[in-house]
Amino acid sequence: MASAEVVWKAPSVRRARAKSFVWSAGPILAAGLVAFPVLVVLANVFVPATDVWSHLANTVLWRYIGNTVWLVLGVGLGTLIIGSGTAWLCSMCRFPGRSVFEWALLLPLAVPTYAIAFTYAGMFEFAGPVQSALRDWFGWGRRDYWFPEVRSLGGAITVMTLVLYPYVYLLARAAFLNQSVCALEIGRTLGRNPWQSFLGIALPLARPALVGGVSLALMEALSDFGTVQYYGVDTFTTGIYRTWFALGDPSAAAQLAATMLVFVAALILTEQWSRRRARYHHTTNRFRPLPTYDLRGWRAALACAACAGALGLGFLLPAVQLAVWTIETWQQTIDLRFLGLAWNSFRLAAMTAVVAVIVTLLVCYAVRLRTNATGRVAKRVAGLGYAVPGSVIAVGVLLPFAWLDTAIDDFARAVFGVSTGLLLTGGLAALIFAYLVRFLAVSLNAVDSAMAKVTPNMDGAARTLGAGPDAVLWRVHVPIIRAGLLTAGLLVFVDVMKELPATLIMRPFDFNTLAVRAYELASDELLAESASAALAIVVVGIVPVIILSRAITRARPGEAAGSS
Amino acid sequence: MPVTSNYTHPIRMGRQLIAGALVVLVGLFSAGSAAIADGEVNVYSARKEALIKPLLDRFTEETGIAVKLVTGSPHQLVERMAAEGRNSPADVLITADAGNLAHAKAAGLLQVSESPVLEEAVPERFRDPDKMWWGLSLRARVVVYAPDRVEASDLTTYEGLADPIWSDRLLVRSSSNVYNQSLIASMISAHGEQETENWARGVVSNMARDPKGGDTDQIRAVAAGEGDIAIVNTYYYGRLAASTKSEDREVVEQTRLFFPNQDDRGTHVNVSGAGIAVHAPNPDNAMKLLEYLASPAAQALFAELNHEIPVRNGVAASEIVGAWGAFKQDELPLSKLGDLNRAAIELADRAGWR
Repeated sequence: MASAEVVWKAPSVRRARAKSFVWSAGPILAAGLVAFPVLVVLANVFVPATDVWSHLANTVLWRYIGNTVWLVLGVGLGTLIIGSGTAWLCSMCRFPGRSVFEWALLLPLAVPTYAIAFTYAGMFEFAGPVQSALRDWFGWGRRDYWFPEVRSLGGAITVMTLVLYPYVYLLARAAFLNQSVCALEIGRTLGRNPWQSFLGIALPLARPALVGGVSLALMEALSDFGTVQYYGVDTFTTGIYRTWFALGDPSAAAQLAATMLVFVAALILTEQWSRRRARYHHTTNRFRPLPTYDLRGWRAALACAACAGALGLGFLLPAVQLAVWTIETWQQTIDLRFLGLAWNSFRLAAMTAVVAVIVTLLVCYAVRLRTNATGRVAKRVAGLGYAVPGSVIAVGVLLPFAWLDTAIDDFARAVFGVSTGLLLTGGLAALIFAYLVRFLAVSLNAVDSAMAKVTPNMDGAARTLGAGPDAVLWRVHVPIIRAGLLTAGLLVFVDVMKELPATLIMRPFDFNTLAVRAYELASDELLAESASAALAIVVVGIVPVIILSRAITRARPGEAAGSS
Repeated sequence: MPVTSNYTHPIRMGRQLIAGALVVLVGLFSAGSAAIADGEVNVYSARKEALIKPLLDRFTEETGIAVKLVTGSPHQLVERMAAEGRNSPADVLITADAGNLAHAKAAGLLQVSESPVLEEAVPERFRDPDKMWWGLSLRARVVVYAPDRVEASDLTTYEGLADPIWSDRLLVRSSSNVYNQSLIASMISAHGEQETENWARGVVSNMARDPKGGDTDQIRAVAAGEGDIAIVNTYYYGRLAASTKSEDREVVEQTRLFFPNQDDRGTHVNVSGAGIAVHAPNPDNAMKLLEYLASPAAQALFAELNHEIPVRNGVAASEIVGAWGAFKQDELPLSKLGDLNRAAIELADRAGWR
């Protein structure tokens, strides 16, 4: 750093003011823009309640609420336990297979929820191969035995937990790897055993990351449509869908959506409130390699089995089933157009990831600069889109964009006598914007928890040395939170690869993606035929997931330079 | 010292990223204009790509008119057309049932299409009285049963499915599905709301399991013995029979098809169909496409591709469908199904048919 020239220059006051305005108004504008589609939908709340609302309240509303609450509790608890447990094992313990599990545990992230739902139902339902084989072997009839019903609330919780736990694993592992050894050592000198260090020190210290991970998993569960619909579980999401599109009542649907968002907001606020003034950044920047616990005998076997279970059920089993189906059907399903689908999926995901990371970085940093309530609220609001079903967001994006298109078109016709047609909604721009609305929460969470670990003293020091806010961002924060940015980008990438409802409604003519192909065939009850596309999503998704995993391992401060 | 860096200077890296992103965005915006040119027709289709693309390709071969296609759920396509308004590129809307076409008509999204060719090809009850949409292929909602567990003589009518003899034996998918909504709508039209609601309650109490999955799942569950009878659309059964997979054909061998209400109003049928968008930029090509889809050649393709029944008289069904024999169809004009759709959904909610 000695070579960096730091020459103090008096900046012009006007420029400084303009910049300061950009940094304070920027994030609010950006967040407002991203939150707009959600607000468009919610604006329907102010339309007086129709008779549909009372019909819902009298018949199905309580079922929606009950199922949704159980789903959230189940998936929240499941992902927390599996995610943080495996993360701790892989960061702090040594046991056979750890070096593989370390990255492989992230693989379920590449499996779309609807794909695992289809495969599990296909394997374990009454008419599926497993139960049929059992009946054949033992000569059982329909009522002679008990087998858990896959297509049920419990089944939905299980399959969602299995593919969503990597969100918690990912953020928890990054937090464990970045934790200060000092706190753990102090714990040990005070007589804590490994379990007590985990539960009493590491978990509470990793709280921002854990909360970030679990809330991502929960929002994903809340907005899921494919799984709950296929499993016959009525949640808010299926209710919104049915009320809006089948009953044709957008305002009652919006009221359902609003009820759900209030629920989400309450969860987030409760968590924030219970944290209150606690801060989680390090007090020291001395880093040493983490001490690891050597596991032997049954402990090692248990650790190994736990990781293998999560990996096997969340990834291997569904992937193998998809592969089997693909082998059965590849001659009908894989052709040149299939490559086009893969390319479309890939480029949409890559473009969205780049845009999302840049927007997130700027928003997070601006909020950090001006620690006022407006910025924080704006950030929260911008993240809400993740909990809203994609189809609802799509309509929320479509309405204002189409309005804008018509306005531009009217203007062009009046002034220049030409029609501009559909400038925005006709192409990919509106679709990418919809992805941003939906997935900004993912990158916000990742960048936020990375930035929370950078002590404000750093900013202070840099500013004292004369660096402006831009320079602090690019030269201090970006290098430090590189891993966080990468995480954010790759998570968005994988999410967009899997995204379905918004893609379905907003894509241009003759533009299909792997997810659209997989869904079209699966929803037309051609499960085996849909497998090749689903498998391709998984395969394309694996690459970034592996990069991600390696990056985190290498991201422990102080370790890159080999300073051990 | 750990802070020695060997990567691109962060400021430069950041600016390059932003510049790159801007270039990408500009590219996207300029690539975005939808095709509105001569010799084209733009199709919004709720029929799946695999089931409509071969027909559209054939149309292009014969007429030289290029077809641009976007598929999606019917509700969302309708929302999209409505949002796009006067600038909508959609020429033709295709859906897999009459209810959704009626919905699009009610939303003011379709235009009157005057065509002697269509009027000759499509029988009156399979089309909109105001000529805004036209049925193209027929499917019947029938009962599939396991002959080893069911006396064929116990099967009579849809009404009979509420009879307690089917307790814990009946399989049917969710009422969120439009095929069930249309079936309920046809029951309302025959018996009124109150009686139909009682019927729906009877159906619910006979269910062997909570509604889940699609029609194919119900057929498989009958073969596997989870239930004894299932309410399904004909083409799902036809598709299994034509499957390349032996386990699918085994399912068909273990089950039979029954057409309800042959002694009174006939079996409930629905159509997939199409209409021309009110703001269609290429209305002439749109009309050519509709007339092509109703032509004998295209009708035969409909039959072959998805084991549906041609709406046009004199066009043969597929071999599999033909083997089921002729059956009496419910004469209810299909436009009625759209009118009663909402009542049907609310009735299902009240009856606990989830």
